[in-house]
Amino acid sequence: MRLAGKVALISGGGRGMGAAEARLFAGEGAKVVIGDVLEDEGRAVASEINGSGGEAFFSLLDVTKDDDWRRVVAEAAARFGKLNVLVNNAGILVREELEEGDGEGWDRTLDVNAKGVYLGMKRAVPEMRRAGGGSIINISSISGLVSLGYPAYNASKGAVRIITKNVAIQYAREGIRVNSIHPGVIKTAMMDGDTRGDEDWDRLLPMKRFGEAIEVAYGALFLASDESSYMTGSELVIDGGFTAQ
Amino acid sequence: MRLAGKVALITGAARGMGAAEARLFAREGAKVVVSDVLEDEARAVASEINDSGGEALALALDVSKDDDWRRVVAEAEARFGKLNVLVNNAGIIERHSLEETSEETWDRIMAVNAKGVFLGTKAALPAMRRAGGGSIINISSISGMVSVGYPAYNASKGAVRVFTKSAAVEYAGEGIRVNSIHPGAIWTPMSLYKNERTREERAATVPMGRVGDPEEVAYGALFLASDESSYVTGSEMVIDGGVTAE
Repeated sequence: MRLAGKVALISGGGRGMGAAEARLFAGEGAKVVIGDVLEDEGRAVASEINGSGGEAFFSLLDVTKDDDWRRVVAEAAARFGKLNVLVNNAGILVREELEEGDGEGWDRTLDVNAKGVYLGMKRAVPEMRRAGGGSIINISSISGLVSLGYPAYNASKGAVRIITKNVAIQYAREGIRVNSIHPGVIKTAMMDGDTRGDEDWDRLLPMKRFGEAIEVAYGALFLASDESSYMTGSELVIDGGFTAQ
Repeated sequence: MRLAGKVALITGAARGMGAAEARLFAREGAKVVVSDVLEDEARAVASEINDSGGEALALALDVSKDDDWRRVVAEAEARFGKLNVLVNNAGIIERHSLEETSEETWDRIMAVNAKGVFLGTKAALPAMRRAGGGSIINISSISGMVSVGYPAYNASKGAVRVFTKSAAVEYAGEGIRVNSIHPGAIWTPMSLYKNERTREERAATVPMGRVGDPEEVAYGALFLASDESSYVTGSEMVIDGGVTAE
């Protein structure tokens, strides 16, 4: 098993890509901590993992709150003995164009998507140092590379892309690796409310289909495992060719 | 096993990263064609795989020759029934500044590093189409992204980087994925070739403080070869210990 003996904390693990990562990581031998603001969904994923021979627990985590991060990281270490992997997966999308809204959408988006990643890394790093190293996987987006969607979301994902490189360089010599994943259009609850038609998407997507959450989870598994031991500060794009054209 | 039932053709597989990929892919269940201009070394790698329970075939391949490609792809299909994965790993380096780079050097590097990838991709596509899809992995370099000081090598690896995207977009609808890998300082015969810098000197330039091993690139290729990367095409996988992140 590719994550045998490792402890992984996944934010936004209650559904979508985070839930797919939690299930896959547990199937590969990791003990998994599921953090989410969605308590019922998060508990259900943990139960499912525990019911199928894995080990997981849910902990309430609002990624914008430093106190939540301190508590959840401490719980992970207390329950499972250490922390080796952090997936900063939690994210929100506010559908607001530049001239719309009063700025509240910007603040909320940057708080969850960017500050949440910063706080998570800050609280996970000391625990990873104690564990002798670790792997942090920040879920950015192709919106962190090119214009897609809405300006606040774009900005927040661009921030994640570059803070990843900063922290990767800072901690490279301590055996803590930090990489970003840039999913394209993935079938998750975040895509509910999308108004583009199939023809638009066919034009934008060389593979002519949306991705599945599991297709991102496998990328996260690779980065979480020791197979990616020489990768840090890198961007793994999983987008069906979207940004190649 | 992550490549069970797949047939993989690897160029430059006699040593270095190509040999590491051949061994790893075979362990993960792939039947492997070990191709290289270095025939004796290629045969040794194939024998080693066959002796340890895998299945491999060594074939002579000069990647700059279209006839070689046609023959090798045909033999791969004849022997193993199909072709699912191609790793365009073969490459050469010559360490010269721009003004010291002769036209012959430029042509030689481009013929192997860039034209070799073009010919290989072209030759493999029909076979992959017959197999119902496939995965092509082009070994570029961080030299395909930033300057490393050897202009012909830089240019050839930049060509591979963007050619990859062109092929990826063109064949995405047919289930043929094409991605590039960008290794940094990896400890291989190529990195030793006419290079006066010691391992320690090179390690000092890497944020991780060490050079990489061929296996660390091979695992990236394994991910891209397997169905785990089914939504990844036209992407660049950088495996460089953090060199290009700063």
